[in-house]
Amino acid sequence: MLSFIITVLVLTGVMAFTTPGLLDKVRLGLDLKGGFEILYHAEPMEAGAELSRASLQKTAESLEKRANALGTSEPEVTTEGTDRIRLKIAGVTDEAEVRKKMKEPAVLTFRSAAEGDPQGTFSKIELVGSDFVEGAAEVQRNNLNQPEISIKIKDKKKFAEITKRLLGKEMAIYLDDQLLGNPPIVRAVLTDGTASISGNYTIDGARELADTINLGALPLKLTEKYSQSVGATLGKQSLDQTIKAGLVGSLIILIFMIGMYRLPGLLASFALILHTWLLIAVFVVADFTLTLPGIAAFILGIGMAVDANIITNERIREEMRNGKSILSSVKAGNKTSFRTVMDANVTTIIVAAVMFAFGTGAVKGFALILIVEIVLSIVTNLYFAHWLLTVLVKAGALKKPKQFGVKESDIRAL
Amino acid sequence: MRFKKELDFVHLSKFFYIFSIAITVAGLIFLATMGLNYSVDFKAGSNVDVSLSKNITLEQLKPALKDLGISHEPDITLGENRVNIRYDEVLDSNQDEALKAAVTKLDDKASFEINTVDTEMAKELARNAIYSVLISCLGIIIYVSIRFEWRFALAAIVALVHDAFIVVAVFSIFRLEVDLTFIVAVLTIIGYSINDTIVIFDRIRENLRFGKQKTYEDLKALVNKSVAQTLMRSLYTAFTVFIAAFFLLVMGGESIKMFSLAMVIGLLFGAYSSIFIASPLWLLLKKRQKQTVKSNPAKA
Repeated sequence: MLSFIITVLVLTGVMAFTTPGLLDKVRLGLDLKGGFEILYHAEPMEAGAELSRASLQKTAESLEKRANALGTSEPEVTTEGTDRIRLKIAGVTDEAEVRKKMKEPAVLTFRSAAEGDPQGTFSKIELVGSDFVEGAAEVQRNNLNQPEISIKIKDKKKFAEITKRLLGKEMAIYLDDQLLGNPPIVRAVLTDGTASISGNYTIDGARELADTINLGALPLKLTEKYSQSVGATLGKQSLDQTIKAGLVGSLIILIFMIGMYRLPGLLASFALILHTWLLIAVFVVADFTLTLPGIAAFILGIGMAVDANIITNERIREEMRNGKSILSSVKAGNKTSFRTVMDANVTTIIVAAVMFAFGTGAVKGFALILIVEIVLSIVTNLYFAHWLLTVLVKAGALKKPKQFGVKESDIRAL
Repeated sequence: MRFKKELDFVHLSKFFYIFSIAITVAGLIFLATMGLNYSVDFKAGSNVDVSLSKNITLEQLKPALKDLGISHEPDITLGENRVNIRYDEVLDSNQDEALKAAVTKLDDKASFEINTVDTEMAKELARNAIYSVLISCLGIIIYVSIRFEWRFALAAIVALVHDAFIVVAVFSIFRLEVDLTFIVAVLTIIGYSINDTIVIFDRIRENLRFGKQKTYEDLKALVNKSVAQTLMRSLYTAFTVFIAAFFLLVMGGESIKMFSLAMVIGLLFGAYSSIFIASPLWLLLKKRQKQTVKSNPAKA
């Protein structure tokens, strides 16, 4: 009995104390806080060229850098499959501008300082990405064992002319309008179309530059396959409406459980509240993003979680009506209903797992929440609720069938 | 609450078979002739949902949209402080912006949700949905066959495919919009509506252990008894989820309305099919086993 009281009090305290903080920390999806999401299909600019994993990754990174540069908050860029990139941006004021900027291929240029350029700026474009031999940029080590990048240029004559003209001068490397590293200095007239770029590069820095040059040589063309854009007001409205719907629905479920099953119903309600709290905690800890379909799964899951309690309590009542004592009814009810509930839950998990494997975006999110929710409900509404009830019955707190909602007249003699 | 007089569910189920077959046939006819009312999720195009601070009229909206230079005539649905504009053509980001600007002129507090899908993407979504349904069914058949026996698995699958199909049929008959969340709803129904069926089957399995059922009449009585014993809990468990789905439908966000509606319909039919379709169907399969292999005692 003491363990029952302590458990309930401690859990209630923990839940009451932490819930406001937890709710603030739940990360909301774009459909709830406003923003836009675009799924790009990537293909090489030149027909017939191959799309490599590295170039997709690199393009995704450059998208993220661009989104950051445009001052958006926490852009999320992920690659999907072999040729897709998903981009999520919240809180954008000029959406059209951002979308246009994002779709432009990354432009790699080698530039020299033109007449009148201030110190450290370079405006004359000498070479563009397509002047480089695709995939030829590599990291090597020079005689001093320092990393350097070897490159190959398609047009030998052009390169010879450039190196001759810029001998002893700086040639800067730009990706879009961003200067990459310290500009290297042209040290020789190069006639065979190959060159190596050295500087104070770390091995990682050198590798990144080589990748960038390779990407610049073969930029990817991005086409929008799917886009979703949600205004912040509309998102907030969806969130408020749906949460309210969930609260009303949950409240009715709780009232139903208590009205129907009395004290065991109250225990089930407590388990359900614990279940909901745990689910929110899992969201925060695992850093899941809550989307509108996610909330729907959340709310439906509450209705599904109490199924375990309904099945258990109905079974217990049945055993009582058959004339068993309260303790043995509870024991038998817990035992037999356990198997039924597990079988039912496993089938739902099978479907949710398939949805997770085959779904994309919102479907995946929905399926994941459903799985987490079912697993949690096994812990709270099956194990925990069974335990609470058993403790109370053993302590002698539940002595009358009436407390289970069973009429004395319905009980058959054994 | 219990029934004083035992209902003959097996007998009643004959009428429900007819009812279910009638809906299925009607659904097939509608699907074959009218198909489904696909949203942009499945059909290339753009869907624009606008939340407004005041009501605007078609007369205001139409000329405003005309100047955008979009060749297609959009479908416009007006609602209370909302408007939905749907194009069969994918809007590019400039057109998106022009549209937003045009509507914002009519109401400066307008808030937008714009969804655009390419056909290829839509086909992929539909294909994945069909794979998901097939693989889910296969998974359930395997699991139920292991835990119970194949007859239970078959009866359960028929019942849940029935539930899923009726939802699709209702959406086809009433021309309700089918979007991506609809697929999620159908899959959830498949996963959930089997729960009630499992509860009843579990009871049939348990009751089978208690006595030897020699005749078809014995088996029939057993099924009736099992359904009656679990009837209230089947209804209650369906009720709690129904409450959740129902309030999502009437109070929840606009973009999950169709999801909630599909769930509500699916849950109702799920409860119905667990009671009146699945168990009698199992009995039908079991009866054939008795007739063919008379010497073999019924296995549980």
